[in-house]
Amino acid sequence: MKKLFKSLAIAGILGALMSPQAMASGDGPKNAKNYSFSFEGIFGTFDRAQLKRGFLVYQEVCAGCHGLKLVNYRNLAEPGGPEFTKTEAKAIAAEAEVNDGPNAEGEMFDRPGKLSDKFVSPYPNDEAAKAGNNGALPPDLSLITKSRSGWHGSLKSLYLYSLFNGSGGPEYITSLLAGYADDPHGEEKEGLNYNPYFTGNWIAMPSPLSDDGVEYADGTKATVEQQAKDVAVFLAWAAEPKMEERKKLGFMVLLYMLVFSVLLYLVKKAIWRNVKH
Amino acid sequence: MSGHSTNYEFKNPAVKWLDSRLPIFSLMKGQAMDFPTPKNLNYWWTFGGILAIMLVIQLISGIVLAMHYTPTADLAFNSVEHIMRDVNYGWLLRYMHANGASMFFIAVYIHIFRGMYYGSYKEPREVLWMIGVFIFIAMMATAFMGYVLPWGQMSFWGAKVITNLFSAIPFVGDSVVTWLWGGFNVADPTLNRFFSLHYLLPFVLAALVFLHIWALHIPGNNNPTGVEPKSGADTIPFHPYYTMKDLYAIVVFLMVMAAFMFFAPNYMGHADNYIPANPLVTPTHIVPEWYFLPFYAILRSVPDKLLGVIAMFSSLLILLVLPWLDSSKVRSGKYRPMFKWMFWIFVFDCLVLGVVGGNPAEGHWLIIGRIATFYYFLHFIILLPLVGLMEKPKPLPASISEDVLAKSDAKSS
Repeated sequence: MKKLFKSLAIAGILGALMSPQAMASGDGPKNAKNYSFSFEGIFGTFDRAQLKRGFLVYQEVCAGCHGLKLVNYRNLAEPGGPEFTKTEAKAIAAEAEVNDGPNAEGEMFDRPGKLSDKFVSPYPNDEAAKAGNNGALPPDLSLITKSRSGWHGSLKSLYLYSLFNGSGGPEYITSLLAGYADDPHGEEKEGLNYNPYFTGNWIAMPSPLSDDGVEYADGTKATVEQQAKDVAVFLAWAAEPKMEERKKLGFMVLLYMLVFSVLLYLVKKAIWRNVKH
Repeated sequence: MSGHSTNYEFKNPAVKWLDSRLPIFSLMKGQAMDFPTPKNLNYWWTFGGILAIMLVIQLISGIVLAMHYTPTADLAFNSVEHIMRDVNYGWLLRYMHANGASMFFIAVYIHIFRGMYYGSYKEPREVLWMIGVFIFIAMMATAFMGYVLPWGQMSFWGAKVITNLFSAIPFVGDSVVTWLWGGFNVADPTLNRFFSLHYLLPFVLAALVFLHIWALHIPGNNNPTGVEPKSGADTIPFHPYYTMKDLYAIVVFLMVMAAFMFFAPNYMGHADNYIPANPLVTPTHIVPEWYFLPFYAILRSVPDKLLGVIAMFSSLLILLVLPWLDSSKVRSGKYRPMFKWMFWIFVFDCLVLGVVGGNPAEGHWLIIGRIATFYYFLHFIILLPLVGLMEKPKPLPASISEDVLAKSDAKSS
């Protein structure tokens, strides 16, 4: 018990040291809004309908500039994802034009995409992407929710906050897409847009979403925030397509180990029963 | 107690035949089963076994990952994503290996602090302790190179910052760095050699672990009282008592690891490492993995680059002479009223250094970092030698058994 108190005291002092007041820093990006998503938590799974809506937003809005090059078209029909039927996924793939070759004559040729192809990026290379976007490079979105974090300054340093709320990547994407505003100081910058969630607050990408900018087949009202959430969830899946499998397996593994450890404890206790220690 | 094992008469004729020619069965029986072990070891002593298992987990998961990984600058990042997305259970292997490294360090830090608290480094276990320090350094080198392999932004810039430290060496610094990089920047040759060394070092580590266990089996285990076993009543055979206790602790420890692996696999990593390495874009804060943060804080709290590097390496190497810095004849911190406080302040100081290392070296973080760095060295160089002479230790129990009996009497009355 004494030891427990001691460790609690230490944890308390450390906690105080890392409290928000102690950590106040300059004006960085704003913390993302902590949206709640269906895939959070130990048993969290993706909402299939939401993934399909998010895919639509990606396809109709983002894909013009942003690639998704680590994802294959076949992934769209795999379990744990949007779970399009194979026919639907094939049709989606076929809309893309894939440069293939060389053929028997040594020529490169274009053909419709197949399930085994990776998502075709909108630009052939980074230079072309920059040239088409005033010198700014639209990042590939395959890992965007894992490579960005939503919590900064005081929230980020509260290590327990990230343990229970994740890195805030999907929250950041949602907040950013739905967070365009006018600069509070009334400033305007050529080719840049004010967004409090972006590092430095000025982002090259103009606000991409608008109310009813896409038409959802399932009747969901396509507000900016709804589209932002949907596409963030779709990108969260694109970054971590094995998430559902991982959580399912993890639960079984922990359950097994829990039972195993109880048995081991009882065996250990039985073996040690005659030893004073 | 000695490492010497007498040949045991085995009944199985095949075993007997082999054992009379190469006594591996006698050795196993003497060292892994009958080995007399103090009967009062607490759960802090299970971390040795936990570390052995962690090394095996890292070796196996790492060898399989290497079958799918491509160590070239153009392909490394995507090959890791290929493992995550397309290799059967590749995500499991990679998260096991990445979180395994963190858990390995959690275990080794507990193991080191346990040794410090109970004075396990003192005579006659100095060499055992020193081999342990070399294991720790080899682990750090291995982990550092491993973190470079995914070739993300933190991989690249972490590698650049750490290798650049060698440029502080007078006269030859820049040449040394060029030699380490295999070029004029961290690039393809750097990644190639880091992969090669990352594969090699764990086997060096395994050899050092063998020496560590050998050196342990000469004097035998220290124990919470710090009093050497006096008679057979103080010890019990390693098997089945400690094999079962260790196994239980290992499974509990692996449950913590599994919880991270399956439910928060990127918690101990850094988001920036999911951005492919880009030599032209510097991340806003370059931060090493969490287990290097205390040493990183020491490096940055010294204003001069060369002195900072010296301070950082000294903070590690000072552990080698710890057995001679501590002037107290009493081993266990349990019987040392002043040292006990000092120990916990030191642990706290290391945690503070860790927090400082994760924050930008400016403002109050710089000040806290300098105080904590100063205290780190003060603890070893001034306080440890002095307190040993000043404090009046509590009376030691005559033997382990006496201590155990006194405790169980107190419990039952």
